[in-house]
Amino acid sequence: MSRATRLAKLALLALLSAFLLTPQSFADLFRPFAPGDTPPIYTQTPLLTLTINQLLLVAAATVAASALAVGFAVAATRPAGRDILPFARALANLGQTFPPVAVLALAVPIFGFGSVPTLIALVLYGLLPVFETTLTGLSGLDPALMEAARGMGLTERQRLIQVELPLALPMILSGIRLTAVIGLATATIGSTVAASTLGEVIISGLLTGNTAYVLQGGLVVSALAILIDTAFHALERAATQRSGFGS
Amino acid sequence: MIALTGVSRVFGARAVVSNVSLKVEAGTILTIVGTSGSGKTTLLRMINRLVEPSAGTVRIAGRDIRDVPPHILRRGIGYAIQGHGLFPHRTVAENIAVVPRLLGWDRRRIAARVDALLALFHLDPGAYRDRFPAALSGGEQQRIGVARALAAEPPVLLMDEPFGALDPIIRGQAQADLLAIQRRTGTTVVLVTHDMDEALHLGDRIAVMDRGRLVQEAAPAALIGAPATDFVRALLGRGDRAFQLMALSVVDDLVEPGPAPGEPIPAGTSVRAALAESLWSQRPALPVSRDGVLLGRVTRTALEAQGARP
Repeated sequence: MSRATRLAKLALLALLSAFLLTPQSFADLFRPFAPGDTPPIYTQTPLLTLTINQLLLVAAATVAASALAVGFAVAATRPAGRDILPFARALANLGQTFPPVAVLALAVPIFGFGSVPTLIALVLYGLLPVFETTLTGLSGLDPALMEAARGMGLTERQRLIQVELPLALPMILSGIRLTAVIGLATATIGSTVAASTLGEVIISGLLTGNTAYVLQGGLVVSALAILIDTAFHALERAATQRSGFGS
Repeated sequence: MIALTGVSRVFGARAVVSNVSLKVEAGTILTIVGTSGSGKTTLLRMINRLVEPSAGTVRIAGRDIRDVPPHILRRGIGYAIQGHGLFPHRTVAENIAVVPRLLGWDRRRIAARVDALLALFHLDPGAYRDRFPAALSGGEQQRIGVARALAAEPPVLLMDEPFGALDPIIRGQAQADLLAIQRRTGTTVVLVTHDMDEALHLGDRIAVMDRGRLVQEAAPAALIGAPATDFVRALLGRGDRAFQLMALSVVDDLVEPGPAPGEPIPAGTSVRAALAESLWSQRPALPVSRDGVLLGRVTRTALEAQGARP
């Protein structure tokens, strides 16, 4: 990352923190977008609370989706697990292509309103990127390396934990990054079924014709997405260097 | 030490190795030579159960290897392959320490062993211990690969084309290192190669594989003197058998008292190299010295006699 982009990202983080901690000091900026006398800043729930709730929701979904997807990919790359590969791939694909809104509609009658249907939709939606990148990472390892590991007497489990997963880690992290970023954007629709996310601000803005609210919700989510993406890129770089492939 | 009895391996309908019986004496080097597809690598991999024989038995030190779980067996057998197979995410020291760690050695013993091995392979432990494989040259990577195979002091070392990816100069050095280390440790070595010169140079005995069958197993001089089949003759190649034979022995036993002109050659020089020097400098006899002390001379006639059919 160049010095300039790093500075820009730091400035973005500072701006976002300032806005979330003292939204009212940005009121003048949003006033032109608020119709008539309506307040320019959303105040029903503090923006900071909504942001934290959404981040927790996305974190939980990302952790769950990643654990499941890595598990599937590991199982599918074992000699005994060849048969489950088509099944695991079909499941991951289905999760990705099934619209999250439809998942919400189906989950609400079972789990009621709130965060749970959103969590389910996000987990399903997040499986595919991690599954595919983990699969690529695990099946792309140098055969000579795996041969050497076997020849030295590492058991199958030792090979997985000491060699395969560490070497596939940069790929796995790139999948988790995609899942987290996609999940962050998707989570906002959870507010249609009463999950506490920044979607609440956007929906309220749409219902009352208050563009200032829509902008606030949208901008905060975008800024979070950029910052999370940056953080994961840094992790990936560290993992790549740690796996001995760095320059 | 290693005894293969009627060993075969069938993949589908194809017999890759057919009915091979072979003995490797403790403390010796056996080289297995053959063209690609001759079954030489499969034969090697059956000794550490990376491939299970379809028929026959393999015994190491009298013990049937099927009586030992594969991963336990492999920890007691060194294994070095072409392209070294070093773990790119582990440092040099961590790579060498893989098998000792699996065997539960304590930290201090492992550290001491790593440093001793690096020194043995002419690598400064302080400078190399914490480097990653990507920061090493091809020759250094290969040396670390062999050091790793020797880390837990295995009585048996299996090597599959270990020097195949090296350039000729580094390759010669690596072969010399292996011979020196093998002599010091008394490790029993089985080495697979497609290069007959390498097989002759390194092997106490040479096994020639052709289409899954063992066609000849002999000492280097006997192999050159009496190749069993046209295939072995073809592998020996080029019709310069006399020179191949001369490359096997050194001048030390041919030294006689008497004067000779010019710069002395060191003891340990091969007969072939000595003859070449004699022809090049037009001297019918060469002085021989060891560590600067004159031992005597060696005559061209004595050198030439070494090229005769055994």
